[in-house]
Amino acid sequence: MKDEVTSREERVENLKGMGCSRKRVEDARFTQGKGNYVDDIKLDGMLFGDFVRSPYAHARIKNIDTAAALEVPGVLAVLTAADLEPLGLHWMPTLAGDKQMVLADGKVLFQGQEVAFVVAEDRYAAADGIELVEVEYEELPVIVDPFDSLKSDVVLREDLVGEGGALPDGAHGPRKHHNHIFTWEAGDKMPTEEVIANAEVVATESMYYHRTHPCPLETCGCVASMDKVNGKLTLWGTFQAPHAIRTVVSLISGIEEHNIRVISPDIGGGFGNKVGAYPGYVCSVVASIVTGKPVKWIEDRMDNLMTTAFARDYHMTGKISATKEGKITGLHCHVTADHGGFDACADPTKFPAGFMNICTGSYDIPTAYLEVDGVYTNKAPGGVSYRCSFRVTEAVYFIERMIEVLAIELNMDAAELRRINFIKKEQFPYKAALGWEYDSGDYHTAWDKALTTVDYDGLRAEQAQRIEDFKAGKTRKLMGIGLSFFTEIVGAGPVKNCDILGLGMFDSCEIRIHPTGSAIARLGTISQGQGHATTFAQILASEIGLPADSITIEEGDTDTAPYGLGTYGSRSTPVAGAATAMAGRKIRAKAQMIAAYLLEVHDNDVEFDVDRFVVKGAPERFKTMKEIAFAAYNQAIPGIEPGLEAVSYYDPPNMTYPFGAYVCVMDIDVDTGVPEIRRFYALDDCGTRINPMIIEGQVHGGLTEALAVALGQEIAYDDMGNVKTGTLMDFFLPTAWEVPNYETDYTVTPSPHHPIGAKGVGESPHVGGVPCFSNAVQDAFRPFGNRHTNMPHDHWRIWRTANELGLHD
Amino acid sequence: MIPATFEYYRPKDMAGVLSILSKHGDDARVMAGGHSLIPMMKLRMADVPHLIDLQDVGGMSGIEIGADSIRIGAMTTQSDIIDHVGLADAAPILREAALQIADPQVRYMGTVGGNVANGDPGNDMPGLMQCLDATFTVVGLEGERDIAARDFYEAAYMTAREDEEVLTAVTIPLPTGGYAYEKQKRKIGDYATAAAAVQIVKEGGSCVSASVAMTNLSDIPVYSEATGAALVGTSVDDAALKAAMAAMLGDIDPTEDNRGPVAFKNHVAGVILRRAIERAWSRA
Repeated sequence: MKDEVTSREERVENLKGMGCSRKRVEDARFTQGKGNYVDDIKLDGMLFGDFVRSPYAHARIKNIDTAAALEVPGVLAVLTAADLEPLGLHWMPTLAGDKQMVLADGKVLFQGQEVAFVVAEDRYAAADGIELVEVEYEELPVIVDPFDSLKSDVVLREDLVGEGGALPDGAHGPRKHHNHIFTWEAGDKMPTEEVIANAEVVATESMYYHRTHPCPLETCGCVASMDKVNGKLTLWGTFQAPHAIRTVVSLISGIEEHNIRVISPDIGGGFGNKVGAYPGYVCSVVASIVTGKPVKWIEDRMDNLMTTAFARDYHMTGKISATKEGKITGLHCHVTADHGGFDACADPTKFPAGFMNICTGSYDIPTAYLEVDGVYTNKAPGGVSYRCSFRVTEAVYFIERMIEVLAIELNMDAAELRRINFIKKEQFPYKAALGWEYDSGDYHTAWDKALTTVDYDGLRAEQAQRIEDFKAGKTRKLMGIGLSFFTEIVGAGPVKNCDILGLGMFDSCEIRIHPTGSAIARLGTISQGQGHATTFAQILASEIGLPADSITIEEGDTDTAPYGLGTYGSRSTPVAGAATAMAGRKIRAKAQMIAAYLLEVHDNDVEFDVDRFVVKGAPERFKTMKEIAFAAYNQAIPGIEPGLEAVSYYDPPNMTYPFGAYVCVMDIDVDTGVPEIRRFYALDDCGTRINPMIIEGQVHGGLTEALAVALGQEIAYDDMGNVKTGTLMDFFLPTAWEVPNYETDYTVTPSPHHPIGAKGVGESPHVGGVPCFSNAVQDAFRPFGNRHTNMPHDHWRIWRTANELGLHD
Repeated sequence: MIPATFEYYRPKDMAGVLSILSKHGDDARVMAGGHSLIPMMKLRMADVPHLIDLQDVGGMSGIEIGADSIRIGAMTTQSDIIDHVGLADAAPILREAALQIADPQVRYMGTVGGNVANGDPGNDMPGLMQCLDATFTVVGLEGERDIAARDFYEAAYMTAREDEEVLTAVTIPLPTGGYAYEKQKRKIGDYATAAAAVQIVKEGGSCVSASVAMTNLSDIPVYSEATGAALVGTSVDDAALKAAMAAMLGDIDPTEDNRGPVAFKNHVAGVILRRAIERAWSRA
């Protein structure tokens, strides 16, 4: 085992630890079609369930006749709310403290709502059965606008209105109206209003962040299998939080938690869509209990887009005040949040509007106030964080638009306005006006690097020339320069203020070192494409000195993995990644004692060096981790238990705050409304970088979803509550053709409180990308009087902006 | 997205196809590439109890370039159109249009015959065939007959083909002059917000003939004779282009959808037409 011939550099390289662009170990199976997704699971005698869904957005259900459906060969059962009621399962709790119908209980509140569950021997019989379930509806007035809803006499949720119209408090306090869910405040109202009233300059703007959808390539689904012999329920599903699902299933079904095994197999993208609990899960479990057979439920694309969790749908009004020189003095934000028919937002319990109170952004704003009103409408429930931490895309879009509007008000360059208001490096840790403590940042360095790299001054000069050419009739294309600087707040989160349904948002890692010096580590998170099996092994490789290639990472099986709250909100690296490092350090601490024993020196006389412990001052005397692992199991060491294992449950002391500086250059054809992205530069600072290749891939993916949302992706409803964008024909999912070449860059500002200084990156590009694309469109029209236009900037809306500004005359 | 039960047939010859069609009438449909029909069946918007797959029927694909016309078998795929060397010289507009249809995977399966026969106003080939003055050959138990493409479309999904007939070939007079197929769409795979097909002949600096058709701007493809007429005899200058755009607007009848309202579509149709004419003229 003596390997003096190997240089230290080579030993570091052999580990493929942190900082290495290690190829993804997952890709061998994915690129060969050997992944194992929920719909790949086939069990003996497995049945299929599927839903009868409401064609109406608001209707009373007069009658459900299942007789004809039950005549279809292969149809075994049709479940309705009446069947679930005796079990107490016709309603279920939502993650937001509300409750939601599992199957329509007397009425429906959105188009596509689950009315009955047809269980059949195959999918075809189930689909034929669905056609024959006769539901008698009585249509009710439909409300698709939250402002209308708050004025309407129509009661959407009779279950939340007491006798004589009394309004009992909701999960988040008093309610103002029968269609009102909550009011949530942050910051200081009176001082903020005072600052704004007395300010030298105030910019006001209203903006609508439209409803969209995470639209993962794999839709939601599950297989429930109740073994009546041993009383054990196994539930495979597309779960971003398998342990939370286990606990919730136990709480609502009464099955003891040790008798429930939840397995998330390979997941084809989540982006927040697979965080919540859906009626399909409950119905599959019930159907399996009733039939004694495994039951599979898989959404089709239309089901997924129309009914499982949407994102955004925030109507935001802002006031921002500043001195004449552009120093921001105050920020006021009001949000009217459209939550649909049930409040099923996926946010930590104490944060019904997520972390919307990060809306002061990257700026040193001394006084601020935020108020959010949640409202019921006849739209699908959800409100998940689509590729972002809780409501952070909304917050960042809001502040990055307000900055642009303020720049217009001040007649000032928007890049400069940002620069003079950034929180300074020496101000960190920075306590923001709305309550958060930013851990670390160096915004000016990042901004300067971004602007220099893209030659910002040159771009502005080119744009000025373009405007002259346009006015002279030499071109019909305008040029837009989109800027955004964002601060994310990820890694939820400290148990003292972050829980979901009472479950603390810590995470975990359990490591077993095998005698021959390889290892398995299990985590409470679950990859949906992020590459956990690759990156977490890299963290461990650096921490414990065994090669990443010798470390298996396993997630997603609640019978084997330690308890954790799952993967969303960029929490895996900040929380489970920290647990991994901490568990690794426990391994290392024991390894140090073993090494000292083997080297016959005191514990303090050996030190860790890449893949070994060496005697201080005598580097030729060492024991490799491989040797130590073998000794741990096979050598009797006085005072030390055999084995080499560790577990860590990590409760983060704070959130992490990744940031970034993005620039987009866009040419816009004013006659057709077609935007062409000429350049996109993305600088991300996610703290310590674990795998640069995976970071780059995450940035590409997040930017592409940002492009989608900014330029066309929406869930649109007509006045009757019909979904107009229920297929991929109309719901914009970009392909390689629509996507520009991305230039990525970085700075490194480690998180001071995270064991390895990492902050998380998966969602940053989406958070920063949406305002950057949008600002590019808006900037192109700024010289002609544009202040703000709402997304999505699809062809016709861009054309409309040009038209309204008189550019077609 | 699960279709209702249907019988699947895969006959080896046209006689077999026609006998199933005559037996089941409008309960039967033939399928070429299936990229329009199958999704409609999965959505249960098309009820097809008897589905006849044409893949095994011989003699229905292939491109023959004759002295004055081109014959394209109905089962010729969009991919075949793109890859055919002679066709790129004889009628380059076909390749230019086919490259703007859907994506490569769809173009390997999607056929010219299916595209023109289905009667979907969003399809690109019907408009193109108006421009090229194509003739569609259909066969039924009574034998073959030819229908001019410009007489074929009656309303959305309604054509001059009888239920018991099968479209077997498209014949195009050899086009001359400059060409362009210009299409605006929201993304790959989308139907046109507006598309224009133009063939234009230049002699001595002026336009001697012009054929113009528009796609997805009415419930049928629009052959706009008036647009062509507005160009003939001109030097295709700004005034002629404006006259052509005005004439075209008189012939289209777009409806609002997720792509945008009517005013937007009319405006874009004009812009797209202008660009198509300008590009065709530059190639004439």
